[in-house]
Amino acid sequence: MADKDIIIKLEHLSKRYEGKEVLHDINLYIRKGEFLTLLGPSGCGKSTTLRLIAGFLQPDEGRVLLSGKDMTGIPPYRRPLNTVFQRYALFPHLDVYDNVAFGLKLQGLPEDKIDAKVRKALKMVTLTDYEDRDVESLSGGQQQRVAIARAIVNQPKVLLLDEPLAALDRKMRADMQIELRDMHKKLGITFIYVTHDQEEALTLSDTIVVMDEGRIQQIGTPADIYNEPVNSFVANFIGESNIFNGTMVKDRLVSFIGHDFPCVDSGFGEQTPVDVVVRPEDVVVDKDPSAGQFSGKVTSCIFKGVHYEMLLDTDSGNEIMIQNYLAFEPGTTVGMSIPPDGIQVMKKERLRNTFEGEISSPETVDFLGATFNVGHTPFEPGTKVRVEVEFSGVNLLDDLEAGELEGEVHSILYKGDHYHLTVCTPDGDKIYVDTDDVWDKGDLVGIEIAPKDIKIKEADDD
Amino acid sequence: MTIKRSTWALPYMVFLILFVALPLVMITVYAFTDPGGGGISLKNFVKFANTAEDMHTFVYSIEIALITTVLCLLLGYPAAWILSRSDLNRSSVTVILFILPMWINMLVRTLATVALFDFLKLPLGEGALLFGMVYNFLPFMIYPIYNTLSKMDGSYVEAAQDLGAPPSKVFTKVVLPLSMPGVWSGVLMVFMPTISTFAVAELLTLNKVKLFGTTIQENINNGFWNYGSALALIMLVLIGITTMLTGEDNAREDETGGVI
Repeated sequence: MADKDIIIKLEHLSKRYEGKEVLHDINLYIRKGEFLTLLGPSGCGKSTTLRLIAGFLQPDEGRVLLSGKDMTGIPPYRRPLNTVFQRYALFPHLDVYDNVAFGLKLQGLPEDKIDAKVRKALKMVTLTDYEDRDVESLSGGQQQRVAIARAIVNQPKVLLLDEPLAALDRKMRADMQIELRDMHKKLGITFIYVTHDQEEALTLSDTIVVMDEGRIQQIGTPADIYNEPVNSFVANFIGESNIFNGTMVKDRLVSFIGHDFPCVDSGFGEQTPVDVVVRPEDVVVDKDPSAGQFSGKVTSCIFKGVHYEMLLDTDSGNEIMIQNYLAFEPGTTVGMSIPPDGIQVMKKERLRNTFEGEISSPETVDFLGATFNVGHTPFEPGTKVRVEVEFSGVNLLDDLEAGELEGEVHSILYKGDHYHLTVCTPDGDKIYVDTDDVWDKGDLVGIEIAPKDIKIKEADDD
Repeated sequence: MTIKRSTWALPYMVFLILFVALPLVMITVYAFTDPGGGGISLKNFVKFANTAEDMHTFVYSIEIALITTVLCLLLGYPAAWILSRSDLNRSSVTVILFILPMWINMLVRTLATVALFDFLKLPLGEGALLFGMVYNFLPFMIYPIYNTLSKMDGSYVEAAQDLGAPPSKVFTKVVLPLSMPGVWSGVLMVFMPTISTFAVAELLTLNKVKLFGTTIQENINNGFWNYGSALALIMLVLIGITTMLTGEDNAREDETGGVI
């Protein structure tokens, strides 16, 4: 890649708020003319990244390069970028014309030039004849258009869009998506778009950057991201998916939901634990239960417009979601198979919880800011140790006081026969939990770990 | 038994009629009554126009009120701006320190000012009067401006920066125009009481400087009820006009949150 094609480069960007890291070592380059989307759930760091590029925030580490130039210390008003803000931020004391002309007037352009440019920009967003209107008298969609006109009229090198369609209703959003795409083609400006809406990202972008917990999870084209998610977070976040725990038996053979399936993946080693993703539309259904690789009983069937979405209990007791043009009544047993290229195998990010801890007495160990009873430990008090806890060794309790510490359910992943939860402690540490119980995102829970489930190992020297 | 909600307003209505509406009507009636023989006349107003001293006091009072308002604005706006910036004002202690003087009776504060001037051996007079007025009314200017500024959506400032405005332009093009409702509230809250004040003037100038409030008070005290009422009415009309003028610019105030 020739460097001159790269308009923005983010190098090792990190940002902390009150000691909590919201962005961790972000590296990214953006090509000239690209439509790039930062996609992720709220709090994933996508807006922070955008604000670092715009210059409203300064990184704690790393730097932003614009056309090869270091932007460190350059205030937002001297960066050749413009932003479309989430809640528009139109100036209420100015009319539509003066809002759009704001940037041009600051540049000190002659009146007639400003006039021509403003009219052209308003025409582009189909708001001709709205010049004298009070911005507060406009509908949400019209305000959005003014905000876009106000930004593009300055012909920025890069247009930053911070969830620009989040406040619009569904129909309006769909229309604006098409217009934004057209506008991007017509203007040839680089767009950096922030959204939490995966459908929007898939529709609009040339490149999607999926973010979670302040880190980039995956960068790729919409098709890449959808078809080849690199981990269970991406698979779960983009589109509908079935995620199962599996074992890579050997190259091109993976075992999950109690059956062996041929697949196209290799290089994981033998008998390696993996995550397996199957898109609901990739499951082939046959009304003969004995046909196919496994069978299942339909438990629900919902018409979704083009296809039916069905939930089935498989013969091995897992739940699987499938989509098909044909409906199968609840109660019927069908045969199913998954073609090799419909199976996406991913390396597990972690196999168990590991924490840094310290032996606090012959019977207790401190980690996660709490003290846990372990019955007996051979280590001297004061020894730094590594603590390992299996996902299923963590118990979540309704009673916050009952556990050793409390936490908040941060994310939930359904794995066919159990839930895989991420629980955040008050200190910002994360505990991963496998459970059969149903919890909701945001639930406050007590966390309990039985002494037998706490494995203590010598701390690594590094 | 249920009492209709409007019934609760009854005591307040009685209060309003007795102590607001009735006196207003009486002032108006007295002002248009001929002190000699009764009957409706404009004699009191003609007398005012022909009394050079009272006319002069009237104009002078407006001048003092205007100067006080301008001084309060010049001092109060920057103060309000500093207070509204959370990075400069992490706790609300500073806000309270600025507002604190409002908790103390104005006469007590003025007497303290007199004592202060005596102690510093500064002469009482016009300078002391202006100092006392600004000192007394500054919080009334700061608070509404602080209120508008602190409620202002930070994204307006960011949008202006984003469109290429350096800090000075952000202030003149966005922050200042958007804080105008607060400014007008402050102007009104300072101008209105300063134009009718008299106790502060008497105490801080040892009666050397006479304001319009004093003129009214003297006339009423000396039994010239009709003439005094006419003067009071003139002042009332002046304040009314000021309120209406600033009120028009205040139309957007609901959004940005002024005080009045």
